[in-house]
Amino acid sequence: MSVTTLPSRGIALRQPGWVARLFDYKPFLIVMCLTPAIGLLTVFLTYPLGLGVWLAFTDTTIGQRGIYIGLENFQYLWTDPLWWGAVFYSIFYTGIATFGKFALGFWLALLLNNHFPLKSLLRAIVLLPWIVPTVLSALAFWWIYDPQFSIISYLLVDVLHIRTTYIDFLGTPWPARFSLIVANIWRGIPFVAISLLAGLQTISPSLYEAAMLDGASAWQRFRYITFPMMLPILAIVMTFSIIFTFTDFQLVYAITRGGPVNSTHLLATLAFQRGIAGGELGEGAAIAVSMVPFLVFATLFSYFGLARRKWQQGEAND
Amino acid sequence: MTDAAAQSTNVGSATPDTMAWDSRARRVMMIYLPLSCFVLILLFPFYWMAITSFKPNAELLNYREHNPFWISSPTLAHIKHLLFNTAYPTWLKTTMFVAIGSTFLSLFASTLAAYAIERLRFRGSPYVGLGIYLAYLVPPSILFIPLATVIVQFGLFDSPMALILVYPTFLVPFCTWLLIGYFKSIPYELEECALVDGATRLQILRRITLPLAVPGLISAGIFSFTLSWNEFIYALAFIQSGANKTVPVAILTELVTGDVYQWGALMAGSLLGSLPVALFYSLFVDYYVSSLTGAVKE
Repeated sequence: MSVTTLPSRGIALRQPGWVARLFDYKPFLIVMCLTPAIGLLTVFLTYPLGLGVWLAFTDTTIGQRGIYIGLENFQYLWTDPLWWGAVFYSIFYTGIATFGKFALGFWLALLLNNHFPLKSLLRAIVLLPWIVPTVLSALAFWWIYDPQFSIISYLLVDVLHIRTTYIDFLGTPWPARFSLIVANIWRGIPFVAISLLAGLQTISPSLYEAAMLDGASAWQRFRYITFPMMLPILAIVMTFSIIFTFTDFQLVYAITRGGPVNSTHLLATLAFQRGIAGGELGEGAAIAVSMVPFLVFATLFSYFGLARRKWQQGEAND
Repeated sequence: MTDAAAQSTNVGSATPDTMAWDSRARRVMMIYLPLSCFVLILLFPFYWMAITSFKPNAELLNYREHNPFWISSPTLAHIKHLLFNTAYPTWLKTTMFVAIGSTFLSLFASTLAAYAIERLRFRGSPYVGLGIYLAYLVPPSILFIPLATVIVQFGLFDSPMALILVYPTFLVPFCTWLLIGYFKSIPYELEECALVDGATRLQILRRITLPLAVPGLISAGIFSFTLSWNEFIYALAFIQSGANKTVPVAILTELVTGDVYQWGALMAGSLLGSLPVALFYSLFVDYYVSSLTGAVKE
């Protein structure tokens, strides 16, 4: 069948240039293919990561090379109430926001898993807060939380008459802390909901049918089928969510910049304030490095706490 | 393989709650009511942003005489101020340049890496894949201080080039994993046929694998574009001069001036800055959803 075409092809391919032959040599090709990605990641990720740890042990400032000073930066942070405040708020912020995001996101995923008209449009709308630049939606929240012209205060005071005074959202520590958490939950719900929805759709409906035949209530179906089947994907999404909530920077920097009286500093914003704005690179790096143990702990906790079960796809590799 | 596919289509069409006892009133209470609350809350900040950008200042700061939820005399003053009295067009251009540049750089790097890891199978390729995945878990907040010194060493401080080179640190891991998933779904036999026919590896990549992976490339591309458009902390730390700032940073640092905030201009800036990604998003919704869920499942 292909006899007639074979000779001409054979001739064309018999003398490939040495470049082509080099690129057909598998080890060379592998190295060439991996170089751009590995190169970029080494120069701009691995090296800075190591450099950051080194900087944390020096007294480098902007424009001046530091010298090794051992644990001095960390000793200073240990006695610094601002650092402790940031640690407290980072944990508090991560804890409450993660809980809120997952409770509401899971609920939204369950709702979206039903059948109704315009389902795909709705799914598209839901993801919008996650698509739009965080800083820009944070500005919208800043405006919503304005002390004088807050629309929430207006609704509560002038329309619903529940309160008599406008709420000072960002002027006092605790309301400011919760306002930021609400903004973070608002931004995090779509990611959680859409990822969990994908997980929900992999659960076989026959499991529910069997349970319904056995007379299981809606709650029992959720508790004994949906939840256990969702645990693996919950573990992964939660690990991601905890890491990126704990190291959040944009929302706090855009809305409060750590104020009022430094009550809403996260470790990342404190590191920025000391390291870049204040010029104390060594100290900023130490604050950034101090996030690592918390991150490792949170990751291990969420991963092993939830992922005890094997992958629902089975143990066979795909 | 085919079983799994059939099953997954089944799942989409049959949900547990379609049995007979499901009454209409119950459905409204349990599904439509909470769902509309969610949509209302998730969309309200955007509505508020949009409506503020077109309100004249008099209406903006007077709720007693004007209904705050509506505009009685819409104005383009804020947008005009933004476009002609500030460097907003320059910021948009810079952001676009950075986003497109870093997207292409990361797509190039991660396509090759994903191809090598998934198709050129060598000893240790799973570990390289794992290493790249772990890079995704390193948050920018830990990296930005040492990266700032690296950028200064390279003489790239205050240059958009710095951002183009740095953004791949979080784009490459994401794209590589997405593309590994896509390459996996392309039958290996196609490449074997081409090998038997005497094609070189690079020809196979260019003529067979890449054309089949186009949906994956689009997903990775639009995702990278969105992530680099939205990036904040690196752009804040590495860019100093007003003209080189990206939109999110510039709005926050250049438009917020003094004690009296110009909310109209700020919200108009946020609206305009969100439009490109929102537009992109509306064109490629399905790609976003599939890449978001695909990357999590991988």
